[in-house]
Amino acid sequence: MGAKTLFSHSVRIAWKDLTELFRNRLGVVLLILMPLFMMAMIGFIYPSGNTTISNMPVGVVNQDSGFNNITLPSQAFLTGLQQINTQTHMLKLSNATSMADIKNEIQNSKIDGGIIIPSNFSDCIMNGEQGTLIIITDQSNPTISAELQGALTGVFGEMNTLLAQEKVQRLSSAVTANDSLAIVQPYVVKSEGVVPGNPSYFNFIAPGIMMLTVMMSVMTGLPVAISQEKEVGTMDGMMVAPINRLSIILGKALGQTARGLLQGFIIMALAVGLFDVAIHGSLLLVVGLLLLGVFSFVGLGIVMTSFAKDQETAQMMMMTLMFPMMFLSGVMFPIQSMPWYMQDIAKFLPLTYAADALRKVMVLGAGVSDISTDLIILIAFGVIMIAIAVPLFRRMMTR
Amino acid sequence: MANDSIIEVKNLTKMFNDFVAVDNISFDVKKGEIFGLLGPNGAGKSTTLRVLSTLAAPTKGTATIGGYDIVKDGTEVRKLIGIVSEKMIMYNRLTARENLVFFGSLFNLPKDDLNKRIDELLELVQLTKWKNAQVGTFSTGMRQRMNVIRALLNMPQVLFLDEPTLGLDPQSSVEIREFIKKLNRENGTSIIVTTHMMVDADLLCDRIGIMDHAKIVALDTSTNLKKMISGADTTILKLEIGNLSPQIFQAVQDCKCVDNVSQENSLHLRVISHGQEAFDNVIDAIRTADGKINSMENLQPTLEDVFLHITGHQVRDSADQKIPIEQHRHYGAAPNRIR
Repeated sequence: MGAKTLFSHSVRIAWKDLTELFRNRLGVVLLILMPLFMMAMIGFIYPSGNTTISNMPVGVVNQDSGFNNITLPSQAFLTGLQQINTQTHMLKLSNATSMADIKNEIQNSKIDGGIIIPSNFSDCIMNGEQGTLIIITDQSNPTISAELQGALTGVFGEMNTLLAQEKVQRLSSAVTANDSLAIVQPYVVKSEGVVPGNPSYFNFIAPGIMMLTVMMSVMTGLPVAISQEKEVGTMDGMMVAPINRLSIILGKALGQTARGLLQGFIIMALAVGLFDVAIHGSLLLVVGLLLLGVFSFVGLGIVMTSFAKDQETAQMMMMTLMFPMMFLSGVMFPIQSMPWYMQDIAKFLPLTYAADALRKVMVLGAGVSDISTDLIILIAFGVIMIAIAVPLFRRMMTR
Repeated sequence: MANDSIIEVKNLTKMFNDFVAVDNISFDVKKGEIFGLLGPNGAGKSTTLRVLSTLAAPTKGTATIGGYDIVKDGTEVRKLIGIVSEKMIMYNRLTARENLVFFGSLFNLPKDDLNKRIDELLELVQLTKWKNAQVGTFSTGMRQRMNVIRALLNMPQVLFLDEPTLGLDPQSSVEIREFIKKLNRENGTSIIVTTHMMVDADLLCDRIGIMDHAKIVALDTSTNLKKMISGADTTILKLEIGNLSPQIFQAVQDCKCVDNVSQENSLHLRVISHGQEAFDNVIDAIRTADGKINSMENLQPTLEDVFLHITGHQVRDSADQKIPIEQHRHYGAAPNRIR
């Protein structure tokens, strides 16, 4: 039997699977809803673009006892803080009486953090020393406390600059406002990306989710689809036909791939339409990469099929593999920010490379030569897995 | 073996781990024959069919169908056979026609031939009217008819039928039996049918292999099998006892000459006994227990009696136990059966 008949039988089986799928109305609705929910959740929960915190409630305690009863420095600081805040609206300032008071209010979730001006604040400044400010953060919420710390550091930095500028100008009247800034802060950072625009977190996550969905469709859809046919008994109908048994698994894989690609495209459409993700690379390369992702996972899917004896097992296998893949492959969080041992595990997951390549193409407009390493790894993984899977599958079929 | 055999089975054994499902069986099926495998659930009938239809690999032994080895020439074998399994092989969300087109297309038939064949088959089982309805909406009888014609798409020379009348009402069972006979008569299709229904085997099969505990324990025509008993000094009686009570039942059972007693309803006893005096002894026993015999009949042996005679137990004794096919062993539990 030639490759042509093998392929034509596979297409028949895939077409039958898809017909069945589209007859199931609820199934089709869910097929579209699932990526929509996934997109909406991730797209709206994670901060996209340059949105920053606003109106974060912060308590302020002024314990300044003054220098010879002069509390001018702390007064000036508070005025400055309020001035900056009226422009940025980052904080919502409230007065607190003591450190204990702030702790208490953080525990009650009334405020997210606090600023304490210590009793020796004016004393230090009037004596020509640095005045220390204390920031209290909520450790139960690392993200918020990091943001607060960042925001306050920014505010204090700005106040430092303003004060320094004032002092420089006071030293010499020849110095203009612009010059004084250059003297106080000689370096300015301006960041620019490879492609124009300001990429959001969604730009980072959309390619990964697309790849994840497509790969999962073969890796997990395949065992589920096959074990279901085995349970219902329809598999026997195909098995007693004089066809190459490989065409059964190939057909199933084709059907699942088509389903996965469809979901992938829905995600892409949502990403572009609703979340302003721009695709900078070639669309053809994007599709090619998705197909390569499928290819690299077909083998793994067949291996799982050979082990999954019924649908329940297949579903459980899917859940077990899906989660580590989702979190370790750098789909949601950058791999670079993981501990080293997790980074090492990530290196063994093909999704890592597939998502990386797709991201480079979609966000940075990379070409084939730019992602050649990823491509080679994916192809190698696919070939090796298929070499393992085919004999395993043949044995499973005539148990 | 003779040249007119289409199936030849030699020392076939199928094991699932340590469990022997089919134990060293040999038989052959002649061209154009209806061959029955009769036995309780779990005797190994279905497994035998699965091995012969290339759905499972034999552990030991060989079998050929139409001269092709079931292991080496699987694809050639599959061209010759059709299988009607206990499970309905069809997709509920596809229409009757779509199902047949799908399965037919796997046989590489030219499109026109296939379409013609499908129309014929649908007409044959009176499903033409529903050809564009989804199979999921069909009644059990309609589904079973679909199940049968699906197996006939490639005009098989050998048809395997696994419990074709299971779960059907008597009317549908008769229809299916007639259909099988017609198929055999008109197309010369060789048919292997498994069943635990004595009626099916008796009415349908040219020859019957009785299977028990993974072995074929007897193989002959229905008539010859029955002669095994009537040739011996076995007497089968049907007695109507007006005041049938447990005591009377016990009294009959305690007779030395009685092999088996079964109560058919509130009045009738069926007694299998042996020996020259059997007749008198049974009547004496009933009289002694104050039983009133209304009528009495000397019965011809049935296949059930043959089965009992050969295996020492009734078919329905073990009929309730589930067959440990693959699904039951997936959870890693040892396949154990109590008989």
